[in-house]
Amino acid sequence: MAWFLRKSKNISDSSPAQREMPDGLWTKCPDCSTIIYRKELEEHAYTCPNCDHHFRIGSAKYVSVLFDEGSWTETDREVRSADPLDFVDTRPYKARLKEAYSRTDLPDAVTTGTGRIYGMPVAFGCMNFGFVGGSMGSVVGEKFVRAGRRALESRSPFVFISASGGARMQEAALSLMQMAKTSAFLTELAEAGLPYISILTDPTTGGVSASYAMLGDVIIAEPKALIGFAGPRVIEQTIRKKLPEGFQRSEFLLEHGMVDMVVHRHDLKKSLYTVLSHLMGGKRG
Amino acid sequence: MASNSTLDFEKPIVELEKKIAEMRSLADTLDIQPQIEELEQQVERLRSEIYRNLTRWQRVQIARHPDRPYTLDYITHCLTDFVELHGDRNFRDDPAIVGGLASIGDTRVVVVGHQKGRDTKSNLYRNFGMPNPEGYRKAHRLFSLAERFSLPVICFLDTPGAYPGLEAEERGQAEAIARNLFQMAALKVPIIIVIIGEGASGGALGIGVGDRILMLENAWYSVIAPESCSSILWRSWEYKEQAAEALKLTAPDLVDVGIVDRIIPEPVGGAHRDPEAMFTTMQSVLREELSVLGSITTSDLVTKRRKKFYAMGVWTE
Ligand SMILES: [Zn+2]
Repeated sequence: MAWFLRKSKNISDSSPAQREMPDGLWTKCPDCSTIIYRKELEEHAYTCPNCDHHFRIGSAKYVSVLFDEGSWTETDREVRSADPLDFVDTRPYKARLKEAYSRTDLPDAVTTGTGRIYGMPVAFGCMNFGFVGGSMGSVVGEKFVRAGRRALESRSPFVFISASGGARMQEAALSLMQMAKTSAFLTELAEAGLPYISILTDPTTGGVSASYAMLGDVIIAEPKALIGFAGPRVIEQTIRKKLPEGFQRSEFLLEHGMVDMVVHRHDLKKSLYTVLSHLMGGKRG
Repeated sequence: MASNSTLDFEKPIVELEKKIAEMRSLADTLDIQPQIEELEQQVERLRSEIYRNLTRWQRVQIARHPDRPYTLDYITHCLTDFVELHGDRNFRDDPAIVGGLASIGDTRVVVVGHQKGRDTKSNLYRNFGMPNPEGYRKAHRLFSLAERFSLPVICFLDTPGAYPGLEAEERGQAEAIARNLFQMAALKVPIIIVIIGEGASGGALGIGVGDRILMLENAWYSVIAPESCSSILWRSWEYKEQAAEALKLTAPDLVDVGIVDRIIPEPVGGAHRDPEAMFTTMQSVLREELSVLGSITTSDLVTKRRKKFYAMGVWTE
């Protein structure tokens, strides 16, 4: 195997599809096979300079793409997953968590904090697909609400980037309830007249899509992201037909009226700023 | 409602019942009444014994029993003056979610629930209780109606999940469910949720945010069905029993983690064994819950409801 396709040592926990972009010096574009130098990738906001493929990136890289230099403060990093159900499938949940911590150096499937976008203070959260498939458990729900509370307290907008395969199965009904918890919180934000912008990245499916991801006052999707409630495989098994090309991709959702716009990661910061400026600029009597 | 469907773990009971029936046919010629009575007591003891020690997977099977009362059965037998309302005013009427106006005692309510079918024909019509987006949007319309006319809401949850179809995705299944969670969280009337059978994932929760979450003794509620959980985590369909255990999806489990407020007891042998008794219990529980919620002011109600869901989850820090 080529050295630039480095794989993590342990392959039992997640399929390659579950992982984010590898951190090598060179990266090969999975769409057009162009070999891209790391610096070039950074300059292109982690998209392919040749074909615009958007690499899956985690919260740290999104922070560097979106926030003014030195403006970012991470919050609630110490909030960690417990194992309330003592869940064991082929492996204990505790072991899966331990491995995810050591492999990713992430606090969970979400990172939250505050920062500035062209000087505008913003409360922010971003999911990490690399942490147990970006699955939503109690920590994701709790940190979503806490990040949103910071928006309430400072009367600033709330921006949240989704990247998730759905619920954290190992937290069973508790993970399901995070859909209700996060959606309930958004009613408070709406009552306070503060904007909530939801950014959908590849992939945004399951319980995350059926709660806060689809509740943005404005919803922005990155190009070609997989977005939907049911996964394509489950749908194919149900209807016993091949799905059409482009089904459940951002452009398909735009066409069907489910998202406001599809924005290249290059332009994400600018678009976000423009939308927020409009929404925050209304004259209140 | 009786059918011939017997669950595996009920077979010893059915065997004994057969034996009793045989003896009864001989009772005209032989004096065996005492033996029959003895066997009848034995059946009851066996039934209580089996139903006291149900595994989680056995409860899932009871929750799916084809004779189990469904939403429209509860509406017919526990409520009065039901007027069914149809359609989402946008696309079509979804028969997998039913709803309308009704009374319980002297309280007027809006009632909404998932609806399964009993045979192939009605199951195709009801899509096996798996709603499409228009079902959730019909519910959304009815919740708005409830708020506008100050009517408390009762929701019966019983679905194997939201329908994972191509058109369902096209029409925004995710958005439809999300919109309901948002609406229900701050709806300015009392909402009572009752999980009567299967509470599978977002498809159940899509009409499941409320002030009181009640659950029938043998219903199940979780983020995924045991079979699907088995196929994803064990990569095989064979581990459904282990998955049911791991998911802790029964009513007592959900009381333990603070999701369910109250378990509604079922007749011994399950709701389908004595539907009349089940309806009587359900009606008195609903009356009681409605009267308690009726005394809370609207703003307190919404504040408490949101707090209730904020408290859900377990983490360390
Ligand atoms: Zn490329």
